[in-house]
Amino acid sequence: MHSILKTSLAAFVAVGVTASTAAAQDLSGELNIISDMSNPAPRAVMEGLAEDFDALHPGLEVNLTIVDREAWKTQIRNALGANPPDVVNWYAANRMRPYVDAGLFADISDLWAEPAFEALASTKGAMTLDDAQWGVPYTYYQWGVYYRKDIFDEYGLSEPSNWEEEKSNCQTLLDNGVKCYTIGTKFLWTAGGWFDYINSRTNGYDFHMALARGEIEWTDDRVRQTFANWRELIDMGAFIDDHQTYSWQEALPFMVNGEAASYLMGNFAVAAMRDGGLTDDQLDFYQFPVINPDVDFAEDAPTDTFHIASGAQNMDAAKEFLRFVTSAEVQTEINAGAGLGQLPVNANASIDDDKFLAQGFDMLSNNAGGGIMQFFDRDFDAEMASVGMEGLQEFMVFPDNLDDILERLEETRQRIYQ
Amino acid sequence: MSVSPAVPSTRASQPQRGWYKRNEIAITPWLFLLPAMIFFAVYVIIPIGQSFWISLHEWDGLGEKTWVGTSNYERLLGWGDANIDRKFEVSFWNNLRWLVLYLLAIPAGLFIALFLNQTVTGIRFYKSMFFFPFVISQVVVGLVFSWFYLPREGLLNAILGFFGAGPINVLGDPTLATYGIIAAGLWPQTAYCMILYLTGLNAVDPEQVEAARLDGAKGHKMLWYVILPQLKPATFIAFVVTIIGALRSFDLISVMTNGGPFGSTRVLSFYMFEESLSEFGFRMGFGAAIAVVLFFIMLGFITYFLYSMYRDEKGAR
Repeated sequence: MHSILKTSLAAFVAVGVTASTAAAQDLSGELNIISDMSNPAPRAVMEGLAEDFDALHPGLEVNLTIVDREAWKTQIRNALGANPPDVVNWYAANRMRPYVDAGLFADISDLWAEPAFEALASTKGAMTLDDAQWGVPYTYYQWGVYYRKDIFDEYGLSEPSNWEEEKSNCQTLLDNGVKCYTIGTKFLWTAGGWFDYINSRTNGYDFHMALARGEIEWTDDRVRQTFANWRELIDMGAFIDDHQTYSWQEALPFMVNGEAASYLMGNFAVAAMRDGGLTDDQLDFYQFPVINPDVDFAEDAPTDTFHIASGAQNMDAAKEFLRFVTSAEVQTEINAGAGLGQLPVNANASIDDDKFLAQGFDMLSNNAGGGIMQFFDRDFDAEMASVGMEGLQEFMVFPDNLDDILERLEETRQRIYQ
Repeated sequence: MSVSPAVPSTRASQPQRGWYKRNEIAITPWLFLLPAMIFFAVYVIIPIGQSFWISLHEWDGLGEKTWVGTSNYERLLGWGDANIDRKFEVSFWNNLRWLVLYLLAIPAGLFIALFLNQTVTGIRFYKSMFFFPFVISQVVVGLVFSWFYLPREGLLNAILGFFGAGPINVLGDPTLATYGIIAAGLWPQTAYCMILYLTGLNAVDPEQVEAARLDGAKGHKMLWYVILPQLKPATFIAFVVTIIGALRSFDLISVMTNGGPFGSTRVLSFYMFEESLSEFGFRMGFGAAIAVVLFFIMLGFITYFLYSMYRDEKGAR
């Protein structure tokens, strides 16, 4: 897989790159990259990227360090501090805020002003803070409900398009001893996905983002309505028991074994489900259904990004690398099923022939009129997100504690966004 | 008129001793102490001062610090009009639970040590097996216990099911989770206390035991009045390491529950880490304030230990 990717990348490199060859000869010195793409498939992609970029610029030495993805979330602070690398991986939206405020990410608005970057316009908003751009996206992926088609067929269910159908499907499953949704909330963020969807379907994208910016009280009646909708599912017993004990991976067997019928997740879960033995005939995808018909669909589609450290030693090479990873050809290659298996951000890139990617791309392009959310922990302020997700987990286990939870969140909001 | 002959200088023949030579007795101990003192200052004393300093600021760990005075403490401890920080309250009570229940390791360790203090074939093997949990990493202990507690596949529920008791999700239940983690922590800690007592038992004077036996002491009277007083140094050390171990309980919590469910298994050290160093933690000042509070709690114990050591040494003289 790795070698296929490499050779095909090299092939396009040989023919495709004409515009940047002039600049290419000028690059020299070293380019230090720290990447968090530590899972096997992404790691191969990243190594391929570094090698190809190295081959493209003979005068340049590309040094790649790959850090464990979870560890990077805390290590990035130290890495950007003293003697920083040139290029790092990170996430879009508010997750950039601490590094932007501290001046550790370089402002690359000039790069975004180049004509080639118009193809990335869809994510420009997510890369913008304080009216400047701070990084480039290399991939994103849709969220939605992945479900066991064979179980749905067995009980004569079809993909729901509204909340009533969702609930009646669920009731049928429960009557047959199958849980509707698997979820593992030990690391909290999975509950954030449910909140994103139910809140944006109930109150709309603009309301959700205003809540994320701290402009709306958590004790607001509209927020309570979101939780009331969510509670309908909880009271039905729709979610698997003891989900607070499992990670998202540990919750997968419930779906693979047929004890639960669906999973609200990001597209990265598909690879794990296929590894678990589910075939594409058994597995399918539907968009989270309408709750309030007056609001448009908004979708979670987190974007993973590259950034230049403000202390970069080789700014020219770093910028050239960002041009390289955002070009349509590279984005097509790295996001293909053999690589990341996700969606390319560049509008001119093509989507790999995979039914989930095709459905996801179609959904995000044609049926997400409300807007694109980055995800609970990327849209909300860091502290608000951590307190919030803990509250969401508690709500899912003890829905009666809602008043107490909302008061706690509101107290936090008032302190953070004062 | 007599001219006194020039007195020949005797000093030339008796060369001046160097400054170091003259002060050797006074200086040498300090020279030997110096490396330790430098390291202790750089890695312990100065960071304590820095933590205290940071706790008076609001700081994300990256940019500029903003002076906020004692407001971090006000928020934490609920001084003034603020309510006491709820997470702090939970963490504090959990710390107390750890302190009290972790001490169970001492009697448990003593019991195992007494049990193993005999000469039968292969006793070394049994001893090493009992010591084994202390050798493996806390992370492994945490993983093993979290599998043991698993709500469906876990061994604990299999055992409970055998006796007809309903399945319980120890680590998912906010009222039970902390006790579940403490039980996991007791496993290696008991082994540690056991090894301390085993060495202590080697030093028990056989003549005293013999004399007590002649006087008719046996059973728990022998243990309480003859053996235990001789084990006092071992008990003291076991007490110290257990208290410190309880206050440092971080890795097990991180591995087994990550502070959850909904923060019910946090202790102060974990809370501090979460606020200042974890994925969403950019509140160095607030984290440092927690660290300072934890420091003062520890200081109470350390003072007590130092005092009792001092007292014992004075008594021994």
